[in-house]
Amino acid sequence: MNLKPETLIKIDEVITHYPEKRSAMMPLLHLIQEEVGYIPEEAITWVAEKLGLQPINVYEVVTFYPMFRRQPIGRRHIKVCRTLSCALRGGYQICEKFEQEFNTHRGAVSPDGEVTVEFVECLASCGTAPVVMVDDDLHEQVDGAKAQQIADRIKAEARQR
Amino acid sequence: MPAPEQRRIIFKHIDESGYSNDLACYLKHGGYEVLKQAVTRPPQALIDEVKRSGLRGRGGAGFPCGVKWGLVDRRSGKPIYLIVNADESEPGTFKDRYLIHQDPHQLIEGTMISCFANNVTQAYIYIRGEFPHGARILGKAIAEARAANFVGPNILGTGYSCEIHIHRGAGAYICGEETGLIESLEGKRAYPRIKPPYFPAVLGLYQCPTIVNNVETLCHVKHIAEIGGEAFARIGTANNTGTRIFCVSGHVQRPGCYEFPTGTITMGQLLNEVCGGPLPGRKFKAVIPGGSSAKVLRFGERFKGRRKVGADLVDFDWGVEDLPMDFDSLALIGTMGGSGGVIVMDDSVNMVEALANINAFYAHESCGQCTPCREGSLWMKKLTTRMVHGPARAEDAALLKDVADQIPGRTICAFGEACAWPTQSFLAKFGDEFKNHHETKQVPKPTATAALV
Ligand SMILES: Cc1cc2nc3c(=O)[nH]c(=O)nc-3n(C[C@H](O)[C@H](O)[C@H](O)COP(=O)(O)O)c2cc1C
Ligand code: SF4
Ligand code: FES
Repeated sequence: MNLKPETLIKIDEVITHYPEKRSAMMPLLHLIQEEVGYIPEEAITWVAEKLGLQPINVYEVVTFYPMFRRQPIGRRHIKVCRTLSCALRGGYQICEKFEQEFNTHRGAVSPDGEVTVEFVECLASCGTAPVVMVDDDLHEQVDGAKAQQIADRIKAEARQR
Repeated sequence: MPAPEQRRIIFKHIDESGYSNDLACYLKHGGYEVLKQAVTRPPQALIDEVKRSGLRGRGGAGFPCGVKWGLVDRRSGKPIYLIVNADESEPGTFKDRYLIHQDPHQLIEGTMISCFANNVTQAYIYIRGEFPHGARILGKAIAEARAANFVGPNILGTGYSCEIHIHRGAGAYICGEETGLIESLEGKRAYPRIKPPYFPAVLGLYQCPTIVNNVETLCHVKHIAEIGGEAFARIGTANNTGTRIFCVSGHVQRPGCYEFPTGTITMGQLLNEVCGGPLPGRKFKAVIPGGSSAKVLRFGERFKGRRKVGADLVDFDWGVEDLPMDFDSLALIGTMGGSGGVIVMDDSVNMVEALANINAFYAHESCGQCTPCREGSLWMKKLTTRMVHGPARAEDAALLKDVADQIPGRTICAFGEACAWPTQSFLAKFGDEFKNHHETKQVPKPTATAALV
C-alpha cells in the first residue's frame, strides 16, 4: 500500500485519539478513500495489519457503511437527496436532470468518467429542499435552473483540465 | 390567537449577519464565560442544576438529561466517556447542522461544562459522514479552544483536563442510535446493542459508563449553567422546559428552523403564521410532527380526552392546528415530538407515494440484525413501491398492516418501532387511499405533482 507521507502522518496521529486502536478504523478508511478515491483490496489487509486486526474485521466495516466504496467513481460525485422533504420539493426530477445532463444513470460512472450521480438519504437540510451535494459542497434549493448551472460548471471545469 | 414571538436562545446567532464561527467572535459575545464560572463550582452542583432544569433530550426520545446523568455508574472506577451525538440523520431534522456550522463554540462550551460536571476526561463528537465541512469547522474550533485553554490539559488552571476528538461516520443512519453509535466508534459495524445489559450509562464505550447527548441538548446545558436550572425551568411549560427548535420542511411557504419556548405554540400557529401557510392554491393534508418515524397526523381529525394540567384533569378537544407543540401533548395523542422535524404535506400528495418514499428510507437503513426489522422494512418498501409503480391490489393495505404489526416490540433497538410507525399510522389515518389505490392510480395526475418514489 503506497500512501502519501502526509496521509501516513495523519493516520499515526488519529490512532492516538483512542484508547483502543480498533476505534481508528473509520478514520483510517476515510483517509485512505480521500487519497485513493476508494478502498482497494490491499487497503483492507493494510488497515488490518496497522490496527492489529483480521482482514475480515475491516471488510465487514467497509461493506456496512454506504460512504465507503470498493470501486472508483467519477471524478465528481453528485449526491441528490432522495428522502421525503426533498422529494416533496422535486428531488426526483433533479436527480433525473443530472442523469440526463451526464448521460448516465444512478450509481454508474458517466461514460466520460466525469461524474457519478447517486441518490442519498436525508442530508439534514430539509428546510432548503431539494438539496444536492457535489463532492463536499452542499447546494440548496436546487430547482431545474440551478441544477443546470451546477451541471454546466462541472462540464466547464472538466474542459479546463 | 397570534403566534408568540420566537425566543432564540440556542439559535440566537444563527444566520445573524456579522457573526462568524471563530473563537474571537464567540469571545466578543461573552463566550466561555459560563465555562469559567462552571469550573469554580462543585461538579455535583452543575448536575443538580441540570436536574432542576427539567431539560429533556433533543435527539428524539425526550429523556430527561439530569436523570440520564444520574444513572451513570460512578463507582466502577472506570473512566466515564461523553459522546456528542452529531449524527443528525432523522429525516426532517436539520438544526444540529446549523449549530455545528455557525456556532461550534456554543456546542464546545456546553460539552466542556457537561464533561466537567460528570468528571469526563475524554469526549468524542460523532458527526455524520455527510458533514465534511462541519467536521472541519469543529476541528478548527476545538483547536482554537485548546489553544485558549478551554479544552485539553489543566483547563483554566483548575487541574481538570479533558480532550475532545471528532469521529466521522460514513453514511449509516443507525449510527444515530446511541448503542449503534458506540459500536461504530469502537471501529465496528453499527449494530445496536441489546438493553439490558448494555445501557450506555453502565456499559457503554469500551464497556465503560458513557453519556450520549444530542448537539442541541448540550447547547442547552450551557444556558442552564448560565441562568440556573430553576430559571430555565420557567421557560416553556411544566415538564416541557426550555425552548424547542422546530425544523419545518415540505409544503409550507417559509420552511426553516424556529425556536420557541416549548409548548407555547400550536401546530396551527407554527404552520400558518410562522411558516406562512400552505403553498398558493393548496391545502394542508398531513403532517409528521417529530421526524419521519413519528406517527403522521391528518388535517381534519380530532383528538379528544382528558389530560393533567397542574393538579387538575381537564378535557381536551383538539384539531391538528390546536396541538400544543410539546413532548407530552404530542405523546398524548399517540405521536411524538421526537427530534423536532415537522414535515408538511399538502393536498397534492398521494399518501401511498409518500409512504413508499419513507419505507425506502427504512429498508435502506435497517442494520439487518433483527429479522422482523430487516425483512419487515424491506417488504413494506417492496409493497408500497409496487403499489405505486406496479400492479396495486385491493388487499395490499391489509397485507402492509400485517407486516408492520409484526415488527414493534420484537427488535433490539427502537428502529423497529421507527420503521413500523409510518406504515401503521398512514394506514390508520389514510386507510381509504391505500384500499382504493388500485382504482385511483388509474386517474391521470396533474403534471405539476412531484414524484416521490
Ligand atoms: C434509529 C434511531 C436513530 C437515532 N438518530 C439520532 C440522531 O441522528 N441524532 C441524535 O441526536 N439522536 C438520535 N437518536 C437518539 C439517540 O439514540 C439518543 O437517544 C440520543 O442521542 C440521546 O441524546 P439526548 O438525550 O440528548 O436526546 C436515534 C435513535 C434511534 C432509535
Ligand atoms: S431494530 Fe433494525 S436497526 Fe435496530 S438492531 Fe434490529 S435490525 Fe438493526
Ligand atoms: S430530506 Fe433532503 S435534506 Fe432532509
